[in-house]
Amino acid sequence: MTEPNARSPRTDDAARSARFEAQVVPYLDAAYNLAHWLSHNTADAQDVVQEAMLRALRYFDSFHGGDARVWLLAIVRNTFYTLRSRDPQDSLHDELDDRLHPLVDDGPSPETLTLLAVDVSALQAALERLPAPLREMIVLRELEECSYKEIAGITGQKIGTVMSRLARARERLREELTHRPREARRHDVR
Amino acid sequence: MMCDDAGLLLHAYLDDELDAADSAAMARHLHECAACKARYETYAIMQKALSEPSLYRRAPEALKARWTTPAPAPAATVTPLPVRRRTPMAFATAAGFVAAMLISAPAWMHWLPSRGTDNAIVAQAISGHVRSLQGEHLMDVISTDQHTVKPWFEGKLDFSPRVKDLAGEGFPLVGGRLDALDGHSVAALVYKRRLHVINLFQWPSEGAPAPLAVAQEHGYTVIRWTGDGMHYVAISDVNEGDLKQFVLAFQNEANPLR
Repeated sequence: MTEPNARSPRTDDAARSARFEAQVVPYLDAAYNLAHWLSHNTADAQDVVQEAMLRALRYFDSFHGGDARVWLLAIVRNTFYTLRSRDPQDSLHDELDDRLHPLVDDGPSPETLTLLAVDVSALQAALERLPAPLREMIVLRELEECSYKEIAGITGQKIGTVMSRLARARERLREELTHRPREARRHDVR
Repeated sequence: MMCDDAGLLLHAYLDDELDAADSAAMARHLHECAACKARYETYAIMQKALSEPSLYRRAPEALKARWTTPAPAPAATVTPLPVRRRTPMAFATAAGFVAAMLISAPAWMHWLPSRGTDNAIVAQAISGHVRSLQGEHLMDVISTDQHTVKPWFEGKLDFSPRVKDLAGEGFPLVGGRLDALDGHSVAALVYKRRLHVINLFQWPSEGAPAPLAVAQEHGYTVIRWTGDGMHYVAISDVNEGDLKQFVLAFQNEANPLR
C-alpha cells in the first residue's frame, strides 16, 4: 500500500472529492464483489468496502492515473487481509501447499460436464469452499474479468504466479464440483 | 507440445493471455490431443458457468448512497442509512454539483469536444454509448444473426456496414441501430461481453487506413481505427484488454486458430 500523503489540507477539497467520485466510486460494485467473496458475508463485506473506500480517499493524492479499478481492488484486498489480521502469505501456506496438492489434472468425466453445466448454487458453494488465495483468483478473473496483468497488479504477484495459481484454482474448483461423484467412483488420494 | 506443458498453458489459452506463438502451438495441440481438448472444454464450460450474473455481488444501495452525492432535486427524500463510520466532510461538500454532472452525463459530455476532433469523436462515442444504455435505446433490430442485422440497415444508410457475429470469440452480436456521430449517420452494432455492452460505430471514410487509437475516458475504453474504407469506433466499459481483443476479432474474423 502507498504511504499516507502528508500534504497540507487543500483548498480544492471539493474538486478532489469530485474527482474521487468520478474515478473511484464507479468501481464500488467491483470492490464489493471482491470483498463479499473474500469475507463470505454481507456485513463484513460492507465493513471491508467502507474501510477500503476511506483508505482510498485518504491515499487518493498518491493515485496518479492508471487503472482506478486495479488500484481500488488492491486496497480492498489489503483491507480485507488486515481487518482479518491475517497475513495472506501465511494463510496461503496453511491452505495451499503445492506439495500437498500437486497439479494433478485427470481428464474430465461425463459427470464433470453435466455438473458444471447446470447448478449455479453448487457452483457458488464450491467457490466458497476454495481457500481465499484461490477464491480471489477465480473472482478476479471470471467475475471481475481482470487480465492477468491486472490481477498481478491487484495481488502484488508475478504474472507467472497468477497464471499457475489461477490454473490451480480452476482445478480445485472443478474437484469441488465433482468431488462426490469422483469419490464414489474411485477412492483416489487427493 | 507435451500434455504437461499444455496443462498449465491451457488456462492462459482459455483466457487469451498467450502470445501468438504459444497460442498457435496450443491450438495445434488441442487439435491433436483429445484428452487436452476435453479438459479445455470442461474449463470453458466452467468459465461460462461462472459468468452467471447472480454470482456477481453488487454493492447494496445503502453503501452506494454513502459514497455518491445525492441528486439535488430529491435531496430531501434521501434518508441516510445508518452510517457506521463518518463520511469525510470534504466529500460531502462536493454535493450537488457532481450529482448533477453524473445524472446529466450524456449532456455534459458534449462539453468535452473542445480539445479537438479526435476527442470530439471519443466524447460523442461515449455519449452515444451512454444514451444507448438508457431505456430502450440500445437496439432497433434485435438479432444474434448477422444475416438479419445487416439487411436491416439497408435503405437506412447510404452505405452497407460490415456485420459479423463474434460469438465464437466471446463477443456475441445482439443487435444494431442507427446513430449519429461526428455529423454522420452511422451504423451501431451492439455486442455483448458477458454482462457488458460493446457499441461498435462505423461510417464510411475517405482517408487512409489508420491504426488503433485507444482512449480512456470516464471509465470507458474507446478504440478507433480506419480500414476497408470505414471509420470504426468501439466503446465499452469492459477493460482495455477485452476491448482490444474484440477489435482484433472484428478485424480478423478468419482467425485460423479459432
